[in-house]
Amino acid sequence: MTALLDVQNLSLEFRSGGRPPIPALEDVSFTLDRGETLAVLGESGSGKSITAKAIMGILPKPASRVTAGRIMFDGEDLLSLPPSRLRKVQGARIAMVFQDALSALNPVQTVSTQIAELYRVHRGMPKRQAMAAAIDMMRAVRIPDAANRANDYPFQFSGGMRQRIMIAMALALDPDVLIADEPTTALDATVQAQILELLSEITQERRMALLMITHDLGVAGQLADRALVMYAGRVAESGPIGTMFDRPAHPYTRGLLGSIPSAAHRGADLPTIPGLPPDIALRPPGCSFNPRCGFATDECRSLVPLLEPFDARRAAACHHKEEVLADAAVGA
Amino acid sequence: MPESTTTLIAVRGMRMRRGRPRSGLRSLWKSPFFDIAALIIVVVTLMSLFPGLFTSIDPRDCNLSMSRVGPQPGHPMGFDIQGCDYWSNIVHGARTSLEVGVYTAVLSFVIALVAGSLAGYFGGITDSIISWTSNVILGIPVGIASLVILYQFRSRTVWTIVFVLVLFSWAATMRYMRSSVMQVRNLEYIQAARGLGVGPWRILRTHVIPNAVTPLIVMTTLSVGAGMAAEAGFSILGVGLRLPAFSWGIQIALASQDGNWQIAPLLMFFPALMLGLTTLAFVVLGESLRDALDPKARR
Repeated sequence: MTALLDVQNLSLEFRSGGRPPIPALEDVSFTLDRGETLAVLGESGSGKSITAKAIMGILPKPASRVTAGRIMFDGEDLLSLPPSRLRKVQGARIAMVFQDALSALNPVQTVSTQIAELYRVHRGMPKRQAMAAAIDMMRAVRIPDAANRANDYPFQFSGGMRQRIMIAMALALDPDVLIADEPTTALDATVQAQILELLSEITQERRMALLMITHDLGVAGQLADRALVMYAGRVAESGPIGTMFDRPAHPYTRGLLGSIPSAAHRGADLPTIPGLPPDIALRPPGCSFNPRCGFATDECRSLVPLLEPFDARRAAACHHKEEVLADAAVGA
Repeated sequence: MPESTTTLIAVRGMRMRRGRPRSGLRSLWKSPFFDIAALIIVVVTLMSLFPGLFTSIDPRDCNLSMSRVGPQPGHPMGFDIQGCDYWSNIVHGARTSLEVGVYTAVLSFVIALVAGSLAGYFGGITDSIISWTSNVILGIPVGIASLVILYQFRSRTVWTIVFVLVLFSWAATMRYMRSSVMQVRNLEYIQAARGLGVGPWRILRTHVIPNAVTPLIVMTTLSVGAGMAAEAGFSILGVGLRLPAFSWGIQIALASQDGNWQIAPLLMFFPALMLGLTTLAFVVLGESLRDALDPKARR
C-alpha cells in the first residue's frame, strides 16, 4: 500500500544569474500517512521549509528548479500536474500553516475575508455563506467572540490569535495533509503550548496527516510519531521518534539531542555541536556533517553516505551508524 | 447592573466591528497646509462643476470699450483685451484646466495599474513587452514629441491634449507600479494565498494590487497639477486649446502675446495665480497622502 504523501528522491536547486546553481535539497525521501504526525527536524538552513514549500509548489519559479524526484500525493505526482489541477489540491487537500502569521496574512483584508476566500475559490460558495463558514471556522480554532472579531484586520489580533487564524485558513477545507512550518516559533511559551494542543486535537479529530517542521525537539517529541532529521539539504536520519531519541543512529541527531538542557547539565556549560552548519553552496565533500563529527573517517570525507534502512522502520545516512548506535546505548 | 454591563459590551462590540481605524487619513486634517490645499481643490472643483455659483456674468458678453480696464466694482479682476469680464473667464476656464489634469491622471493611473501589475506579477515575456514599450516612450524627448503630435491636429479638444499627455506619462507611472508589485509579489502572504490554491488573477486582484497601489495613488495625485500646467504650456506654445474655448492656459497665452502683460500685468497675474495655486494644492495633497498612507515615511 502506498502512503498518502510519498516524497521520493527529491532534489532541488536554486539558481541566480550566472553563478552555479545551489543544490538546496538532495535526494530527500519520506512518506506520510493519514492520522500520522511526522516531525521534520534540523537547524536553520537545513532545508526543512524548502521541502514544505516544494510540496506546496510555492517556491519562486524561475529561481528554483526540481532536478530529480517525485512528490506523490494520493497516487498523483504533484510536480507534473498542470497548474489548474494543482490549485485544486493546494488548500483543499494539502494546506500549510506558516511560521509568521503576521506576514502570512494580507494586511489590508479582514481575517474573515481571507478565510472566506478559500470557500469562494474552492467551493464556489456565495459571499454571505462563505463568510458564515469562515466565522464557524474561527470558532473551531477557539477564537473567542468570533462573530465580532471577524471584521478585524490581522494587526488587531495578538500573535497567538493570528496563528489561530492561519490554522483556520489551513483547516478551512478539511485537508488530508497539513503542513505546519514552525507554527509556534514566533509565539511565547504559554501560547505555544495552546497552539500545539489545538493542532494535535484538530489533526487527531479529523485524522489528518501532519507534517510538522520544527527545530524544537521538545515540540517534536510531544506531537510526532516519526521524525525526519535534515542536515544541509539532505536527510540524516528517519524513524519512529521514541526509538530515535533513545538511540540516535546519526551523530548529528545525537548532537542535537545532547544539546537539550536537562538536569544533568546543571551548573555546567550546555554541550553543543562544534562548528557551524555548512553553506549549502559549499558543502564539504563526502558527508556534509564530517567537519563537525567525532566519528568522521577518510570514508566520510570522500563518500556521501546514502540513507540506508538498518531496521524495519529506521534509516540513517551515516557510514558509522552501528558505532553511533552502540555508543549511544553505552552512553545512555 | 446587568443593563449597564450589556450596554458597555454593546458599545465595545460596535467599536470593534468598525474594523481598520482610519486614523492615518484623519490625521491629515491636522496639517494647515493640507487644509488650505483641500479648500483650494474644493473651490476649483465647484467652479468647474457650477460656474454659476461664482459669477453671473456671461464670459462671452464683451465690450471692446472696456479692453484692458483694471478691477472695478462688480468686476474684481477687470477686463481682458476683448473687454470681457476676466473673473468670469477664470471661473469658466477652471473646468478645462481641471479636466485636462484629472483625465490625464486618471487615464495614466488605469493604464499604469493594469500594465504595471501584469508586468510586475507575471514577469517573463509579458514584462519584457510592457517594459520595453515603456522604455521606448521614456527615451523620447517628451516636450518636442508632444509639440509634433499636437501640431498634427487641426482642431484640438481637451481629449487631444489628454491623449498626448497620457501617451507620454503612463510609462513612468507604470514603472512605479511594476516595482511596487514586484516588492509585494513574493511576500509570504502572497505565497500563502498561492499555497492555498487561489488562482493568479484573484491573487493579483485581492492580494497584490491593494498592497501595491499606494505609491501609484500618490503619484497620480501629484500628476494632476502637472497635467494642468502642461495644458497651459501647450497654449502658450500655440499647440494647445484655442478660443473660443475657456481655459487658464488660453488666458495666460493671450496675456503673453504682443506684450499685453506689460500694459496690463494683472491679465497674466490672475490666471497664473489660479493655475499656480491649484497645481500646488494637488502637490500638497499628494505629499500629504504619501505621508498618511505610508507609515514608514510619517514623521
